[in-house]
Amino acid sequence: MSRRIWDIPGGIHPPENKAQSAGVSIRQATLPERVYIPLQQHIGAPAKPIVNVGDRVLKGQKIGEATGFVSLPVHASTSGVVEAIGLHPVQHPSQIDSVCITIKSDGEERWIERHPIPDYRAHSKKEILDRIRDAGIAGMGGAGFPSVVKLGVKSDTKIEQLILNAVECEPYITADDRLMQERADQIVAGLEIMAWLVEPKEILIGIEDNKPHAINAMRKACEGKPIDVVVVPTKYPSGGEKQLIHLLTGKEVRSGGLPADVGVVCQNTGTAYAVKRAVLDGEPLISRITTLTGDAVTHKGNYEVLLGTPVADLLLQAGLQRDRMHRLVMGGPMMGFSIHDPSVPVVKTTNCLLAPTEKEFPDPAPEQPCIRCGSCANACPVNLLPQQLYWFAKAKEFDKAAHFNLFDCIECGACAYVCPSSIPLVQYYRFAKGSIRTAEQEARKSDHARTRFEARKARHEKEEQEKELKRQERAKAAAAKQATKKEAPVKPAPVAADAAPTAVAMPATSATDTAGEPDELTKLQTAAASTMKRYKDAQKALETAEKAGSDHIDALRKKVEQLKAKADAAKDAFIAAKNAAKAEPEAHKPAHDDPLAALKQASADDFNAYKAAEEALQQAEASGSGDLESLRTQVAQLKAKSDASKAAMKEARAKEKEEIQARNAAADPVKQAKMEVAKTQVLLKKARKALEAAQASGEGDIAALTQAVQDAEAANTQAEAHLKQLEGA
Amino acid sequence: MALLNVTSPHLHKPGNTGAFMRQVIYATVPGIAVLTHFFGWGTLINTVLAVLTALACEAAILKIRQKPIAFYLNDYSAVVTALLLALAIPPSSPWWLTVVGTSFAIVVAKHLYGGLGMNPFNPAMIGYVLLLISFPKEMTTWLPASGVTASTEALNLLQSLQLVFTGQISGVDAFSGATPLDTFRTYAGQPEVLDTNAVLHGLMAGYGWEWVNVAFLLGGIYLIWRRIITWHIPVAMLAAIFFLSGFFNTAVDADNYGSILFHLLSGGTMLGAFFIATDPVTAATSAKGKLVYGAGIGILVYVIRSWGGYPDAVAFSVLLMNLAAPTIDYYTQPRTYGHSKPNKGLAKRS
Repeated sequence: MSRRIWDIPGGIHPPENKAQSAGVSIRQATLPERVYIPLQQHIGAPAKPIVNVGDRVLKGQKIGEATGFVSLPVHASTSGVVEAIGLHPVQHPSQIDSVCITIKSDGEERWIERHPIPDYRAHSKKEILDRIRDAGIAGMGGAGFPSVVKLGVKSDTKIEQLILNAVECEPYITADDRLMQERADQIVAGLEIMAWLVEPKEILIGIEDNKPHAINAMRKACEGKPIDVVVVPTKYPSGGEKQLIHLLTGKEVRSGGLPADVGVVCQNTGTAYAVKRAVLDGEPLISRITTLTGDAVTHKGNYEVLLGTPVADLLLQAGLQRDRMHRLVMGGPMMGFSIHDPSVPVVKTTNCLLAPTEKEFPDPAPEQPCIRCGSCANACPVNLLPQQLYWFAKAKEFDKAAHFNLFDCIECGACAYVCPSSIPLVQYYRFAKGSIRTAEQEARKSDHARTRFEARKARHEKEEQEKELKRQERAKAAAAKQATKKEAPVKPAPVAADAAPTAVAMPATSATDTAGEPDELTKLQTAAASTMKRYKDAQKALETAEKAGSDHIDALRKKVEQLKAKADAAKDAFIAAKNAAKAEPEAHKPAHDDPLAALKQASADDFNAYKAAEEALQQAEASGSGDLESLRTQVAQLKAKSDASKAAMKEARAKEKEEIQARNAAADPVKQAKMEVAKTQVLLKKARKALEAAQASGEGDIAALTQAVQDAEAANTQAEAHLKQLEGA
Repeated sequence: MALLNVTSPHLHKPGNTGAFMRQVIYATVPGIAVLTHFFGWGTLINTVLAVLTALACEAAILKIRQKPIAFYLNDYSAVVTALLLALAIPPSSPWWLTVVGTSFAIVVAKHLYGGLGMNPFNPAMIGYVLLLISFPKEMTTWLPASGVTASTEALNLLQSLQLVFTGQISGVDAFSGATPLDTFRTYAGQPEVLDTNAVLHGLMAGYGWEWVNVAFLLGGIYLIWRRIITWHIPVAMLAAIFFLSGFFNTAVDADNYGSILFHLLSGGTMLGAFFIATDPVTAATSAKGKLVYGAGIGILVYVIRSWGGYPDAVAFSVLLMNLAAPTIDYYTQPRTYGHSKPNKGLAKRS
């Protein structure tokens, strides 16, 4: 009985070129003098180093720790001494160096103590998942997604198919082919562990029909086991995860979704092998099978390579003819990356190193105009219209490109392969994707800034309103008291005639009292009103400037804040004076009435909530159960809230301080001037530091920063002059 | 040593646009042979004239536009344009007709729009329509097909050259004859004439023209086999003509509306369906879009032939559908993997 195979649209049949490396058994690569272990060899957060320079490490020892849910540890691939932890060239599309741990090998290959779990079924799934995570296993087909994330299926998801991706559809690569021929039993053992973890209804192995030996080996290893070896026709890119799922099950993974959504878990052959080693042998992922091929390589074939081995060492061992090598590719010819520097290390995803000659991989032909022949659309495995996407990308009509499902492009390169005009189509799509992502990020940032600004404005308005309300209440209370007072002397008058003089005298005193006071009060009131008006005007100006996108927004904003502080101070002074004038010492408000205290309390509460949620998330992650996604969003939300309330508290505190200072300063102009000098000095220092940093890194708007320093200097000089003047006076 | 640093894919299928275009040229060979057989050397002379004119114009414009001349001449697109125009021009037409039409096609219809790949209209058909509107007499005067009457013979090389370059042939007085489409149009509704006119009675359809169309059909099948074109446009266009002519011929009036085979094998039907409507630059591009586009051309061809002012209509139909192609493309996107239904229209403005 043969299983139904669903066809995928498009696809191409490039020359396979697998024979060069498929005929030779896997060879052990020699121990390099040094290994360079990148902290990031997977999708997700990089690992955090847990060794120091000079430490002795053993083979298999964990030297970098995972830093999150989607993150993995890294291990020493040989025993030796940590020589450096720092930047080293790695394979990166932008040729960016990355942090690597350099280990100088002692040549002894001394293993750390290993803890095999031969009876994994007797353990909890969590233990086995933890073992897989601790072994640092990432998808070894190319993308390097942490395998444990895929295997840690949520309890409410039913997995129907576990698929082992042994298609290996890229030309030249034979790493999985050889591994299956030589170690089929171990692969199947690993597959069984994964099956035990995800409990699928059926277990499928997808292999292309161009690997008859591997098919036989796998069939033999699967005998008597509920595993179906399915042979699929050779066509690129049948080995794409979504493509293989469609081939074997007819299911389509929703755009932007995960295979688990349709009840499928798909794992690579090398990954299954690594899982077996991690669980049954207790060995972390420290080596892999890599195909060394291309006409510039003399001893083509597959090598078992320690992770971190420099590519140059490996090629040398395989007999590289350097003068014939025209380019160097990590990965296959369809989706691999050019390597700019042969000192980059082999990583978990390095399935192939390709060193072709110029004749083998000639330079790309010059790009001709697109004639919309449609060859690309016929080759596209996801039914896009590459010719249209190309026009949109070229014209930078990114909204149209997105509408034509640009983000469903898997960058397999089939379109560019068949294009008669030699247009580097994939490159156009990467450009368009990158531009859209950047634009989205910027939009998010500006949205964030706007929300913050609006929240701030709302907060200030609310504070104003509260103050106003309190003021009114106080005024009312004062008026009421005044009224009772007025009534009081009138009422007793008829009763106590002897009190009359006093009663008469009372208004007199109060009259004399108020005769001096109202003057002062009016002054203060006028001052408060005028500063308030200035503040409002400045705020208006700021708003217009913000709308117009003026350059002086920062300056204006500062001014508005200063004026607000002044206005508040003036108002407070006025109120204080008024209260004093009324001789009505107000009772101290209880602490909880103080807005600052309330903010403090809120901040603390929010922070506690955030911490609690984070703890819950960590527990959930550790157990691999629960709705991690929603927990994570919850944590993020709480963190944002906590940060916001903290910021609000800090702001309130700063304002209060400013108010106090302003109040104090109002009493002592010399002190105010001194403070001004100190403040400007701090600002000047800050500005200088920023400028220096920018100059050192060569980033940022140096002209603007220089201007800022000059401004700060001017302000400082002015403040000093003012102080001298006052002191002189 | 400096290694070449390029992004994936690192492999490229051999072949380029020039090879693509050359296949189109090869596919016209049967058609040219049959045209020459029935109408003499005029077609070949036109072809040579048109190709030389096109190459000269293309080179001149490329020079003005400061583009690499050899690089662009090598894509053979100018040759294909010239060839298709030459096949559409009557073999008896004067030399300047071919030169004017070709230079207009290359200079105005192609390069003023931005050159290869940028032109919204099929350049050969723009050239053809310019000539048809400006010089209707020359453009509708065809030679009688050789053998249509016992005395009709195809012109020999000398006669053809004389005709093209001087406008007359020594010793021959009447050398013009109407095409089957023209004849049918003139005598539509007069069954007594239609039944006896030899021009209309070849083996299957109009004399001579039926074989011209069969030859282009063969060339078209070759193009589909070589995957230069897909079946969608020709099949949709021919199907539209098939159903319309079948309906009007059998259900409405056989005397006023030609038969299915007559329509399929007359005039520019097959040349249009396989060589002109399939010009990828100006056609719709998705599979569904091509069906709509091809059917549109077929309908227009039939409508103009039956009720319009011109005997044949491939050029006008193609140009009208060229206008519609971008819109058709927006509404005929395929369903992408992982999406429940295809997108329609333009991007939503946020």
